[in-house]
Amino acid sequence: MAHRVKLRCSALAASSAGIGLTLLLTSCGSGVGAHNDGKTIVGLITKTNDNPFYVKMREGAQKKADELGVDLRTFAGKGQADNDSQVKAVENLVAAGAKGILITPADSSAIIPALDRARKAGVMVVALDSPTDPASAVDGTFATDNRLAGRMIGKWAKSRMAGKPVHIALLDLSPEQVKVDVLRDQGFLEGFGIDVGNPERIGDERDSRIVGHEVTGANEEGGRGAMEKLLQKDRSINLVYTINEPAAAGAYQAIKAAGKQKDITLVSVDGGCPGVKNVAAGIIGATSMQFPVKMAAEGVAAVAAYAKDGSKPSSPRGRDFTDTGVALITDTPAAGLDSKKSDWGLTHCWG
Amino acid sequence: MKAGDTATGVPALEARGLVKRYGHVTALGGADVDLRAGEVLAVIGDNGAGKSTLIKCLSGAEIPDAGQIRLFGEPVRFRSPLDARDHGLETVYQNLAVAPSRDIPANLFLGRERRKPGPLGSVLRLLDKKRMREETQELLTSLGLLTIQNFSQPVETLSGGQRQGVAVARAACFGSRVIIMDEPTAALGVRESQRVLDLIREISGRGVPVILISHDMPHVFDVADRIHIQRLGRRVALVNTCDISMPDAVALMTGALHPAEIDGRSRVEHP
Amino acid sequence: MAHDTVTPHAADPPATRSAKHGLIARGQAALHTKPLLGPLVVLLLASLFFSVWVGSRFSDPLNISLIVQQVQIIGMVGIAQTLVVLTAGIDLSVGAITVLASVVMGKLAVDSGLPVLPALLLGLVTGGVCGGLNGTLVTRFRIPPFIATLGTLSVFSALTLFYSQSETIRAQDVPSLLSWPGRSIHVLGTEVTYSSLLMVGCFATVAYLLRGTAWGAHLHAVGDNPDGARLSGIRTDRVLLSVYVVAGVICGLAAWFLIGRIGSVSPQAGENLNLQSITAVVIGGTSLFGGRGHVLGTLLGSLIVGVFSSGLALAGVEALWQVFTVGVLVVVAVAADQWIRKVTA
Repeated sequence: MAHRVKLRCSALAASSAGIGLTLLLTSCGSGVGAHNDGKTIVGLITKTNDNPFYVKMREGAQKKADELGVDLRTFAGKGQADNDSQVKAVENLVAAGAKGILITPADSSAIIPALDRARKAGVMVVALDSPTDPASAVDGTFATDNRLAGRMIGKWAKSRMAGKPVHIALLDLSPEQVKVDVLRDQGFLEGFGIDVGNPERIGDERDSRIVGHEVTGANEEGGRGAMEKLLQKDRSINLVYTINEPAAAGAYQAIKAAGKQKDITLVSVDGGCPGVKNVAAGIIGATSMQFPVKMAAEGVAAVAAYAKDGSKPSSPRGRDFTDTGVALITDTPAAGLDSKKSDWGLTHCWG
Repeated sequence: MKAGDTATGVPALEARGLVKRYGHVTALGGADVDLRAGEVLAVIGDNGAGKSTLIKCLSGAEIPDAGQIRLFGEPVRFRSPLDARDHGLETVYQNLAVAPSRDIPANLFLGRERRKPGPLGSVLRLLDKKRMREETQELLTSLGLLTIQNFSQPVETLSGGQRQGVAVARAACFGSRVIIMDEPTAALGVRESQRVLDLIREISGRGVPVILISHDMPHVFDVADRIHIQRLGRRVALVNTCDISMPDAVALMTGALHPAEIDGRSRVEHP
Repeated sequence: MAHDTVTPHAADPPATRSAKHGLIARGQAALHTKPLLGPLVVLLLASLFFSVWVGSRFSDPLNISLIVQQVQIIGMVGIAQTLVVLTAGIDLSVGAITVLASVVMGKLAVDSGLPVLPALLLGLVTGGVCGGLNGTLVTRFRIPPFIATLGTLSVFSALTLFYSQSETIRAQDVPSLLSWPGRSIHVLGTEVTYSSLLMVGCFATVAYLLRGTAWGAHLHAVGDNPDGARLSGIRTDRVLLSVYVVAGVICGLAAWFLIGRIGSVSPQAGENLNLQSITAVVIGGTSLFGGRGHVLGTLLGSLIVGVFSSGLALAGVEALWQVFTVGVLVVVAVAADQWIRKVTA
């Protein structure tokens, strides 16, 4: 998930890429103008159409839509912070008479007025992958429990490192402390048994086992640079948390260059196929897999149900979203911790 | 300059019946130009007289709709300023066409850099900087421009007169046969203007004829051998500088006098 | 200067003021004639500052070589950007070209089974073709470079995603020739990658081409005064087109280095390069108005960014202050450029 957030990582990039992307952004309406034959229309609006995570999500939605006989229309913004196109896409879908809209909000607050108008017009709105703020602004949310994802690799790392002195490097996403970044980082620390301090903030921990945090932009180049800097700070690092698998792949290059691949354990989150292959190759010790296909399929099913009998999805007690699940993928299982092997992972990975 | 350019009696530049129209506006309505070898010919005229169009047509920046141009007797049709330059006709533009942040040799040789001998120069296009420096030194010395101390300073740090000097030197240094100068003293102070006028004399003294476009009557009368007076798209008079007074020239320019009216006072060649 | 003012007979305030003025003016003139001076001073002061603040972890040879590694991609793309900026243009698509070229190299070598060397060369050709497209839009269709490359930025990104299907090629599958630039030699406690050396070589080559060839002279003239260049007989369109093509090929080389650095081939890598390269160029003292600047300034500019980023990280400063610092450097550099250009008047 995190590498979808990469654009946000450089404030500089955001400014100019923003110009380019907004100018060139066109909502890609795949179903616009197609025959409808009175089928229920379901809209899917992703942040971008290029990220494997969203590609898989769209494929999953399409499959479910075909199965249920509904008409799926997909739209995508261009860029992580492209709220404008998402608003336009919502308006277009309402105008087209959509019954429900599935959206991965680029801006969890700014999108809300548009979603309110859609809901007033009788459209059911479901957030996928990232919650809106507040979560009650939509009729349901299907997402990964990112804190749990972090906690699982944290627990695994704890059991793996048991009895050894630990020096931890944390490779985060971006300076903005966005929600997914905070949840995964702190989930990992909680799972490992480290006091996170302020639960809204990365980097305020006071634990001598932590060498430092660096941001990676959730990509390979950023992962490598961040790892180099932290290794320079402290050569004794032996446990590395990464926001996602591309950052982990980059970090591994730095670790290899420093000749420390035998001494350092890498953990990550995502479940993309290259990442799972890296688990199989022993590069990444463990990763928490998320399930974009499931998010999309459940979303489509919820809209279909709503179109049939007006029922809306209900979140489990005590939470404001429906967890689409996380699986710990590792080839060295830890005692008392559910996990799947990498060969299972390869059949379930998403891109 | 080609040997013999000055010796023969052939006019250096001769234009007949040049016409240039922009839509309904006739900028040139059959203008003639005569430039003798080795002379300084001033072109004067009020705003809108067609001076700049005339110069553009002569220098290849515009292609005339009708008319003929002969350069040392040879009929020419310039398709571009480069074409004109290849025929030995150099123009010093009012904006000087220099690269302000480059040094003096780079500007003197802009577009015709001296390259190293052999494949280094022809294939890799390596510059022969040493040679360019030496030639710069030589040229500036011969033109009396050696007040410029340091060749490697950017042209933009030179004074206006020095910059003009560089532009004129550039026009003069490539074996040119005719030089056109567009308002070379317009932006200069008194002393700097004098330096440029000296430079014009120096160049024509070497036998290279100069066409000087200027608004400044004292300068024109100071340096020109003959004056071409342009009015309403045509040449109304072509006079020897010594045969006309400054007030009469201005009166002809503005149309206050008809050429016929001053025949008795000044000797005006009717076009 | 301070010593001068306290000499006993310095009871002449106007003279002191004018002396001070003279010093500033001389500094301004020096910066004007030697564009590398400013960035060089900033780089040395920043290095000194972090050596004192952070200590040997910053200044040890290994870290210095790491900083060079960290800026090599920005540096390479920065060379391409400098060439374009010197012509008073800007190329927003350099990063996109780099990523597209890296994907072409990786896909051809890994998925299409082409031998590695032709795959590598075709990647470089891709860079050149992309640059040629930019150059054609700018010269033939007279589209301002900002707009032309804004468009091609998206076109190249889309082609990258289409061709790669958004899929990453893992390090284990990348043939060794493609990741060769990432290998390193160890000298005197440093770890120098081949690509670091090649980057420095590229800077030296381009610096020489700009100073020592007619092409370089024409490129500067086109940026300085395009009309004057044309009237001086320079075929400005041909010069511009060649600049964009060369920039594209350099981006192709940067693509190869990028594969070496991150090990894998990722369509998501390097998308910040467009802006980072402009940052390096500007901090390096090249004027966005064209004609003025030095490609070696871009090397210094990238190193300045690298030094701040590494120094602040080693000092444990939060990442957002790294972003902040780079922003301040850019603004200061542009302000300094405006000030230095006033010498002209």
